[in-house]
Amino acid sequence: MEIFLGYVKAFAIGGLVCMIAQIFINKTKMTSARILVMFLLLGVFLELIGVFKYIENFAGAGITVPITGFGSTIVKGAKEGAKIGLFEAVTYGFRNMAGGLTAAIFFGFFFALIFRSHSKKA
Amino acid sequence: MKVGKQTYLLDNKVYIQSAYSLAGPYEAKGNFRDYFDCVMEDDEWKCKSHEMAEIEMQRFVIGECLSKVNVSPLDCGAIMGGDLINQIVPTSFSARDFHTPFMGLYNACATFGEALAIGSTLVGGDFDKIICCTSSHYATAERQYRYPLELGTQPTPESQWTVTGSGAVLLSKKAGEYPLVKGYTIGRVLDFGLTDPNNMGGAMAPAAANTIVTHFKDTGRSPDYYDLIITGDLGRFGRETLHYLCKKEGYELNNLNDCGSMMYCDKQKAGQGGSGAGCCSLVFASYLYKKLVDKSLKRILFVPTGAMLSKDSALQGESIPGIAHAVIIEREDWY
Amino acid sequence: MEDKQYMDYIHANAQKSNHVVTLVWAFAVGGVICCIGQAFIDLFTVILPNWDKAKVASLVSMTMIFLGSFFTAIGVYDKLGSKAGGGSIVPITGFANSVVSPAMEFNKEGIVLGMMAKMFVVAGPIIVAGTVSSVVSGVIYWIIGLFN
Repeated sequence: MEIFLGYVKAFAIGGLVCMIAQIFINKTKMTSARILVMFLLLGVFLELIGVFKYIENFAGAGITVPITGFGSTIVKGAKEGAKIGLFEAVTYGFRNMAGGLTAAIFFGFFFALIFRSHSKKA
Repeated sequence: MKVGKQTYLLDNKVYIQSAYSLAGPYEAKGNFRDYFDCVMEDDEWKCKSHEMAEIEMQRFVIGECLSKVNVSPLDCGAIMGGDLINQIVPTSFSARDFHTPFMGLYNACATFGEALAIGSTLVGGDFDKIICCTSSHYATAERQYRYPLELGTQPTPESQWTVTGSGAVLLSKKAGEYPLVKGYTIGRVLDFGLTDPNNMGGAMAPAAANTIVTHFKDTGRSPDYYDLIITGDLGRFGRETLHYLCKKEGYELNNLNDCGSMMYCDKQKAGQGGSGAGCCSLVFASYLYKKLVDKSLKRILFVPTGAMLSKDSALQGESIPGIAHAVIIEREDWY
Repeated sequence: MEDKQYMDYIHANAQKSNHVVTLVWAFAVGGVICCIGQAFIDLFTVILPNWDKAKVASLVSMTMIFLGSFFTAIGVYDKLGSKAGGGSIVPITGFANSVVSPAMEFNKEGIVLGMMAKMFVVAGPIIVAGTVSSVVSGVIYWIIGLFN
């Protein structure tokens, strides 16, 4: 039951985040790059003011799977690095991005070698 | 002969001797499916890229348009046409396979109107035969103006679907049972300050309205003079806007229709309809030409419309001006 | 007719997005993708008990990015995106989609100058924004640390 409730929360919060994005798309005709940047910065902001961890405890993947989670891990890295020194403060954020970026670049390269793009219809 | 401000009526007879249309697979499921001369089985057409497919499309259409009436490319004075891709590569490259002089044109989606206007003037003068050809391709236009094909974007409700297809016509002095180009009204570039690159119908409608109203003022004709006033690719919303704008100027266009909005049937869900430089040439070379030949249409005012924009101009915050050229097509032997 | 008047006409008459349909799609698809992510978190915590939470989270991101890339490659993600909009853009799979789709689109111009060079035409801003905010927040935390 506990686990099931976790999924309901993840579904609700994740859906809500996406729905907010959709409202922006409908109202402002924003393109996907702008939406992604906006939500990344939202994640950074929520982590900076310290709210993110409460949402994460409540919703789990509902907030970490959207790009907001990416923003928050960056700030977490920076926070961790800042304890050591200035060099670590400016580089550890990127270190936390490394997993996602590596996966995106590698799979992008790999799949683009094999597959080709096609029109949506026809 | 110049009439009024922007209208020219041709003194000599310019016949449209032949027309050939090639439609993409998605268009072939639309409303004009029975009128196309040839249908592509897929939109890459065994080429290495979509751009190369578009080159091949134009080459094929020009070749078939000529061989249909047994005219050699060497007998033609010029090939003229254009498309939407950088430096009009598809048209220019398709022309390298013919030993025919070539003139490249660009007026966005109104290129076909421009080609007909210039071509008919030249054939009315010293040229014997001229081929007018335009094309567009969904995949190349998406890359040119929008996003990569596989990017999961949501089309806005105002957006239109770029037509995959190409149409060519042969303008000729040779007399026969053919429709004629009687004249044309060259349009102005008109900008009402719209900045949404998805709503091209709204951006082009004022230009179309201006051209059509100018045409009626110049010639003194009323809209009833024509069986059909058909615009290029305004889409459903653009067509309604054009109707509204002309009504405000005092012209009630009851016989107005639009190639783009007629292209797809409702269940295809193509937004406002088709767009692209190939949209009006495809419809003209298939549906309209066949209707003119079998005399169910006798006089039409054909108004290709174009929206002038590039990816950069839209990002730099420029508005989207529109243009439209009106071409009078008639059969003379109908009465 | 004045420009202003015409703009008003356009704004009043242009077809609007159907809020109910698009929002429900975005909510449902976004929610389902997040649930898949939650399932991977639960799975990896069970099978990798000695990994810490951050490492698991990173692995989940990578798995989701793999899935996003894969469904982009087989041509499913763009069809989903045209229905779901924000629901498929905002999850990390949408980020993968924005990297893989230009790579696939531009591989016709060659591996180096086409695919590699243009891989980030859509996703570039996200990496720039992420890196800049990482440096800025790192410096902020470092300065705060100086006073403690």
